[in-house]
Amino acid sequence: MTAGPGSSAVIDERLLRTSPLRKLLGRPELGSVVGALAVFLFFAIVADSFLRATSFGTVLYAASTIGIMAAPVALLMIGGEFDLSAGVMVTSSALVSSMFSYQMTANVWVGVFVSLLVTLAFGAFNGFMLTRTKLPSFIITLGTFLMLTGMNLGFTKLISGSVSTKTIGNMEGFPSARKLFASYWTVGGVELKVTLLWWAVLVAVATWILLRTRFGNWIFAVGGGADAARAVGVPVIRTKIGLYLGVAFAAWVSGQHLLFSYDVVQSGEGVGNELIYIIAAVIGGCLITGGYGSAIGSAVGAFIFGMTSKGIVYAEWNPDWFKFFLGAMLLLATLLNAWVRKRAEATK
Amino acid sequence: MTAPQAQGGPQDTVRQPLVELDDVAKFYGNIKALEGVSLEVHAGEISCVLGDNGAGKSTLIKIIAGLHRHDAGRFLVDGEETTLANPRDALERGIATVYQDLAVVPLMPVWRNFFLGSEPTTGAGPFKRLDVRLMRETTRSALLRMGIDLRDVDQPIGTLSGGERQCVAIARAVHFGAKVLVLDEPTAALGVKQSGVVLKYIAAARDAGLGVVLITHNPHHAYLVGDRFVLLKRGVMAGSHTKDSITLDELTRQMAGGSELEELSHELERATGPGPADTV
Repeated sequence: MTAGPGSSAVIDERLLRTSPLRKLLGRPELGSVVGALAVFLFFAIVADSFLRATSFGTVLYAASTIGIMAAPVALLMIGGEFDLSAGVMVTSSALVSSMFSYQMTANVWVGVFVSLLVTLAFGAFNGFMLTRTKLPSFIITLGTFLMLTGMNLGFTKLISGSVSTKTIGNMEGFPSARKLFASYWTVGGVELKVTLLWWAVLVAVATWILLRTRFGNWIFAVGGGADAARAVGVPVIRTKIGLYLGVAFAAWVSGQHLLFSYDVVQSGEGVGNELIYIIAAVIGGCLITGGYGSAIGSAVGAFIFGMTSKGIVYAEWNPDWFKFFLGAMLLLATLLNAWVRKRAEATK
Repeated sequence: MTAPQAQGGPQDTVRQPLVELDDVAKFYGNIKALEGVSLEVHAGEISCVLGDNGAGKSTLIKIIAGLHRHDAGRFLVDGEETTLANPRDALERGIATVYQDLAVVPLMPVWRNFFLGSEPTTGAGPFKRLDVRLMRETTRSALLRMGIDLRDVDQPIGTLSGGERQCVAIARAVHFGAKVLVLDEPTAALGVKQSGVVLKYIAAARDAGLGVVLITHNPHHAYLVGDRFVLLKRGVMAGSHTKDSITLDELTRQMAGGSELEELSHELERATGPGPADTV
């Protein structure tokens, strides 16, 4: 068969060589990196204390608490779905852990483990409902969001008699659990929290999965064209449920951090954070329609969030303005991403 | 050609079709989508399924691809009666389907698309990973073998033209050892030149020994490459011909509905008189 169409295998003279610059422009995270630099320069100029090493530790910590969740949320968005329950799921996870240990007077590690199972079950519920009912994930997870919000408040009041849990600070296993989820080191006067480590590991694992495993290939495929993926034998349902389990796992990590940073949990926390995770992922280059994005981008998005939320404080502005900045940033980043992508794909 | 029944010996006393549909029917609730359709697909031959919109072409393709199950009649793969459970089942039996609009995932690079669903891995345990180099190189060489020179397999496949995308999908099926290639309207959205290119790759797949099912509503394209022609009309088989038993004109006439076309031409002639006032 070399004779037939083989003869037409001539080099297409219209195909230009891709320059390294164009390759760089094709990276999903590029827009967010440019944005991060701009935000950094902006606050470096307007806020004197922003450039201090201690400030940097604070910014990184704020970024890590968002970034831990933004990485799996980014993967989920690349897979074409949302999770509006991610914010309150963090609180649920902390509450389950705390109340189980307290009520059972068990070692806190038992609570931590039970919480992992329960949180994964929430994720599985989201994924299962989505794939069974074929309703949009926006609706399914909006439902879980509201149910979890109600359960957080309701169960906490029912069991603890107030809106926060009882302290578990003096219970067995607390110091070692705190070491894993909420310790910090001081390096050259800068306080570095262990959440930074969790963040780095989660982003690295998410990037590895996305770019170098079969599952990663399937994530891109179910988000970019679920029918085409199904037609070539990709297990669409398993992939989506796996993504929701990933979000649940990160919610468990965040929840345990929330619990062991202090020793009590406020049951009303977490509402609204789900949007910040999504914003970080979108700023980081995730397409809202799925099929495109990166985990590293979500980390840059979370870093922009950290810089903005703390930079406003260092600039001694009214923190009420934070949401305005976040919104403006989201719009700018999305526009920039759209523009960059258009340039990158203008190879045709 | 040969008699459809090859009961005696599956060994090549009579050439046995790779896939055979015998009096197949499909119902959606109380709607007869397909009834009494018979089709043979032989290795190294192209069987064309022709029909207008709503003739049942998509239903037929979905049965062969394993997306739907037939409700009546026999569906034979390699002479063995079967019911396909799902698309993966069809793939494992060597039936690969290339769909008109959902052949590929546009935002993904060409090499990721090429191996989608059958990704090769290297390493073990937690370090099991995609064999990216192999994937890139195989994609390039497999495409080259089909006569497609793509220097950058990293570009999103959506940046390729419609014809090129179809060609990549065909090359993919050939590479993964498909025995039967089902093509759903591969030339429907393409220009004249692009269609020619795609038809050439279809012929290349046939020369590689595959049995091809070409679904189309264009009798000219079908007649160029086809060996057998099955005509569908409103869910039933309106004709079955081999190439030597029918001319292009006759095929076109049957396809367009013969007398219906004449009626239409009369109607249009009349319509030119009073103007476009009376619509449907």
